[in-house]
Amino acid sequence: MARFLLRRLLSALPTLLVIATLAFALLHLTPGGPFDSDRTLVAQIQRAIEARYHLDEPVWRQYLRYLNDLAHGDLGPSFTYRDTSVNQIIAQGLPIDLAIGGCAIGFALLVGGAIGLGAASRPGSLRDRLPMTLAMIGISVPSFVIAPLLILIFAMRLHWLPSGDWVGGSWRHLLLPSLALALPYTAFIARIVRASALDVMGNAHIRTARAKGLGDTAVLLRHALRPTLMPLVSYLGPALASVLTGSIVIEQVFGLPGVGRFFIGGALNRDYTLVMGLTLLYGALIIVGNFVVDLCYAWLDPRVRLNR
Amino acid sequence: MSPEPRHQALLSVRGLGVFRPGPGGEVAALRDIDLDLQPQECLGIVGESGCGKTQLLHALMGLQSGNVRLAGSVRFRGEELLGASAQRLALVRGRRLALVFQDALSALNPYLRIATQMTEGARAQLGLSRRAAWQRAATLLESLQIDAPARRLRQYPHELSGGMRQRVLIAMALMCEPDVLLLDEPTTALDVTVQAQVLAVLRELRARSGVAMIFVTHDLGVLAAIADRVAVMYAGRIVEQAAAAHLYATPRHPYTAGLLHSMPRLDTPLDTRLSTIPGQPPRSGATSTGCAFAPRCPLAHERCTQLPVLRCADNQFPANGTVACHYDGPAQGLREIWP
Ligand SMILES: Nc1ncnc2c1ncn2[C@@H]1O[C@H](COP(=O)(O)OP(=O)(O)OP(=O)(O)O)[C@@H](O)[C@H]1O
Ligand code: SF4
Ligand SMILES: [Mg+2]
Repeated sequence: MARFLLRRLLSALPTLLVIATLAFALLHLTPGGPFDSDRTLVAQIQRAIEARYHLDEPVWRQYLRYLNDLAHGDLGPSFTYRDTSVNQIIAQGLPIDLAIGGCAIGFALLVGGAIGLGAASRPGSLRDRLPMTLAMIGISVPSFVIAPLLILIFAMRLHWLPSGDWVGGSWRHLLLPSLALALPYTAFIARIVRASALDVMGNAHIRTARAKGLGDTAVLLRHALRPTLMPLVSYLGPALASVLTGSIVIEQVFGLPGVGRFFIGGALNRDYTLVMGLTLLYGALIIVGNFVVDLCYAWLDPRVRLNR
Repeated sequence: MSPEPRHQALLSVRGLGVFRPGPGGEVAALRDIDLDLQPQECLGIVGESGCGKTQLLHALMGLQSGNVRLAGSVRFRGEELLGASAQRLALVRGRRLALVFQDALSALNPYLRIATQMTEGARAQLGLSRRAAWQRAATLLESLQIDAPARRLRQYPHELSGGMRQRVLIAMALMCEPDVLLLDEPTTALDVTVQAQVLAVLRELRARSGVAMIFVTHDLGVLAAIADRVAVMYAGRIVEQAAAAHLYATPRHPYTAGLLHSMPRLDTPLDTRLSTIPGQPPRSGATSTGCAFAPRCPLAHERCTQLPVLRCADNQFPANGTVACHYDGPAQGLREIWP
């Protein structure tokens, strides 16, 4: 187990290096630099600024310098936010993203799972068809449509929850964004769980369990639950990644100071270090997500061995 | 019409039918099944693949899958099981009737240890402690010639060989010491040596505990080693039923005669090709229009367009068995109809 962990950790490093290199190359291939703007600066000042951020050096030297900083865990200074490092931006923004992402996935798993199981317990009934129709709609409607609708209903009509105006921030500010982010995943998970549960209940080993005279509860919990969850685990890897990108949009709508809005701002302003840092962050989170999925697989299924 | 159940019968089946909705109306997987199983008896059921043997065993335990309509009656010690409540069925399953499934790999839960799967039934049904159930499982595995049972119990199904899984399934069915053991091709997946071992164990089990059995197979040779009585199935119906010795000596149905004819025998010269019955069994399930075997039967004649009902095979000796065939010539002639 320890060897497996170590090996996975080491194999993540080349992936991150590739991500860093690609991000670096793409940014430097994009025309324009961080300090070109409509206001033409005095040439001297521009040179001074570029020298401060080592932008006057040859590209390969900038690249090596960047990698060296990375190896020391330093993502460099932001170009647009003066006197702020990328590390600081992440430290401030990431907790908000993790909070709404985590809440969204948790909500989607619990609620989607329950709806899916309920639907599968009576296929063809109202308990099945109503939620499944809603789920189909939920999957088709993107977050940026759901979010304003939620704001309209819960914030502007009912005045139950704040819609934005993040000041200091309380958990109540995170509820609507989490919900908006969660709904499509909830819908998708409900459908996956329903299909999987129906499939599993037709499995031969469920019949064996019944043939032993076990009650419904024992059959469901001991024999049906685990295989039902397996497709969910495979879905969770990609889902974690798309929750991250989804939260970029949600942050914009609700005006949350997560890292997503810095990502967009950084890209528009050619803030090289900021964009590279956040790209690496997303890459690392996706790697961690997939790693967790693999661990879940091995934990759930005795046929999966952790020695690849 | 149907014979009265003999009152001492352990398991008594009358007019059992299994119907599934099909594109052009209901399709019958089984029709008009009548069976009696006496205490301590071993009843063999034989028939080609797809004739409904597995469906029959599942229906006896109320384990039919999907959207199925059942007809008729299945009584265990006089108690009706067809349409019984889930609670009643749960008390019967595993403890009174236990089933050894055909496909051992898919019948076992891949996510649970052998020990969990073997002991959960006995713990729920008999209230055995974890320890006592584990001990019983180990003893049963050992009696089925599985070495290192303690280690096997800690393993998962995929870590066992096919033969071992099949024996685990048999041991699992024996955990609650059932009154009736239903065996669905328990030896088909095994190689010849293990097959002989398993048959020996089952025979020994009968001698020791007197458990009654229904032994399903498509191999008449295997039944010769264990069955007291044999029922022959064709296209969802029983076409002949007789004491084993009687059936092997004088088959009364052309299909039975064909099955016996295609059996390899010790005195068959090695270079002769084994004959099989030409043609295919019908795919449409059990019908009520004429004899289902007619397209393959050398003796088919005009009366065979009417459904042959089960009748006494031999009017002078009614106990010798029943047969569903319009042919009423001398039984000796049946052997010669197959080339
Ligand atoms: N779930 C199902 N839905 C529809 N048809 C089914 C189902 N299960 C079985 N059948 C059909 O019922 C018929 C009898 O099947 P069954 O499995 O009982 O045959 P069998 O005699 O056990 O054959 P084998 O020797 O191959 O095990 C087959 O024609 C099969 O196609
Ligand atoms: S009823 Fe007719 S067709 Fe059917 S087995 Fe007998 S002789 Fe052959
Ligand atoms: Mg079968």
